[in-house]
Amino acid sequence: MKNKELSFWLFITPVILSLSLVVILPVFMGFFYSFTDWNGLGFNNFIGLTHYRRLLEDSQFRQSLWFTFRFAFVSVIVLNVMGLSLAVLVTSKLKSRNLLRTVFFMPNLIGGLILGFIWQFIFIRVFAALGNFTGIDGLMGWLSTPTTGFWGLVILMVWQQAGYIMIIYIAYLQGIPKELIESANIDGATPFQKFRFIIFPLIAPGFTVSMFLTLSSSFKIYDQNLSLTGGGPFNSTQMVAMNIVDTAFSSNQMAYGQSKAVVFFFIVALFSLTQVYYNKKREVDL
Amino acid sequence: MDKGKAQSYRARENRKYLILEILGILLGLVWISPFYLMLVNSFKVPREIFANVLNFPSAFNFDNYVVAFDDLNFIRSFFNSLLITLVSVGVIILFSSMAGYALARNKSRLSSFILLTFVAAMLIPFQSVMIPLTANFGRAGMLNRAGLIFMYLGFGGSLAIFLYHGAMTRISTSLDEAAIIDGANKFQIFFRIVFPLLSPISVTVAILNVIWIWNDYLLPSLVLSRRNETIPIRMFYFFGQYTRQWHLALAGLTIAILPVIIFYFSAQKTIVEGVTEGAVK
Repeated sequence: MKNKELSFWLFITPVILSLSLVVILPVFMGFFYSFTDWNGLGFNNFIGLTHYRRLLEDSQFRQSLWFTFRFAFVSVIVLNVMGLSLAVLVTSKLKSRNLLRTVFFMPNLIGGLILGFIWQFIFIRVFAALGNFTGIDGLMGWLSTPTTGFWGLVILMVWQQAGYIMIIYIAYLQGIPKELIESANIDGATPFQKFRFIIFPLIAPGFTVSMFLTLSSSFKIYDQNLSLTGGGPFNSTQMVAMNIVDTAFSSNQMAYGQSKAVVFFFIVALFSLTQVYYNKKREVDL
Repeated sequence: MDKGKAQSYRARENRKYLILEILGILLGLVWISPFYLMLVNSFKVPREIFANVLNFPSAFNFDNYVVAFDDLNFIRSFFNSLLITLVSVGVIILFSSMAGYALARNKSRLSSFILLTFVAAMLIPFQSVMIPLTANFGRAGMLNRAGLIFMYLGFGGSLAIFLYHGAMTRISTSLDEAAIIDGANKFQIFFRIVFPLLSPISVTVAILNVIWIWNDYLLPSLVLSRRNETIPIRMFYFFGQYTRQWHLALAGLTIAILPVIIFYFSAQKTIVEGVTEGAVK
């Protein structure tokens, strides 16, 4: 019995040690430091809620939060609609379906930083060239305004991750028994009816998974933000993650940056948990 | 009459598929167009990019690549990325499979609590721990490659343990029992019998972590010194240096994504299966 316990601890000690030092300890220290004047090395005073009060008046942080909310809202919807459409397309009887799958998934393997740089070229040079050629003014000056920066980020995000959401939906679409579709065909169901009453309820767990993944990745996005717009013009497209990094590591306000990180932690946790809770409930209801 | 009806039905179906096929192919072309544009323009001189971004280069000129390859310090950053990725993934596979095994075989409240802690830790965003994390490791003199690999075990261990724990429920305990009768100890049972049976999950864990660690930018940029920089970190500085010199920037980007494209086409099926497994579980 003693021996068994010893081997149990030997097997789990490395991961427990790393999780404790890398995640758990920093979480608690982070909470603690956000109430002090910590400068990254040590702290002298407890200053209570001073950082949090300052946060409420920090217009850049507020703007970053609002931008992140809007971005997450739009990209979650577009990503899921796009991902599901691609999944339906490549699970149909098309001859090109395997090739298309390969193509749609490809951007997902490349880092957001590199993809952001590629799209900087597309938005700035290629869009401008197409705008000159076609005379469409809307293609000029991309990434130089907050609006084009916003949509630029959405396009980059959707292009990168729709293929990933696609393969999740493919897994659920392939789990639908063929007999169900066949009997619906015999009963004369329209394609819309088949989608609404058979496919849609059966892929509900796929929605839970993809909504969770897209929501959390849209909220935590950093690399794409850094490489595509760099937060510009004038920090108008700076998202929360970048705002935290800038506060802590560029302006060296460690404790203040950490108070933003604490707020960010609660927002992400709240959104993820509510979202999973409602989707699980909906799955049962369907 | 019936035969005619069936034929016209089939013709209609075929026409529907033809339209869908064309739409699909058009969408596929739009999807790869950024790669096409990157590639064709990486061979041009600036004047040519300015004249026409869409067409093929007049000549395949590798000058841009020579400059970019040198300035990216590509051999060094490639091997730094490779070393950090391979060692981290190896460490994650080894220690997470051991933990998944121990937690699945030792059924107790403590085991469930530990597993739950790992799963809950997955919800914590990196940005909310990075400041104290880098401060602590800095004070311990661990802002280096070894420290980074240890951090990857901390951040990547949770999902891996969860996947291994799930897979363990499908491996019968009678194998363990037979080995105990033969006089094997826990380590022998795990490494000789259980670990080989877990290899499908090990492939999944390897794929998910290779994609993540190879492309990761923020964490290594906070941890590594410039001497040990990985491809994404080097790319960041490189791009900053060549802002608006698109011919060189695009050649550099093409070089940087080439290893990933080769990896994708050499193991496409395994990669897609691994990513699906990791997301759906």
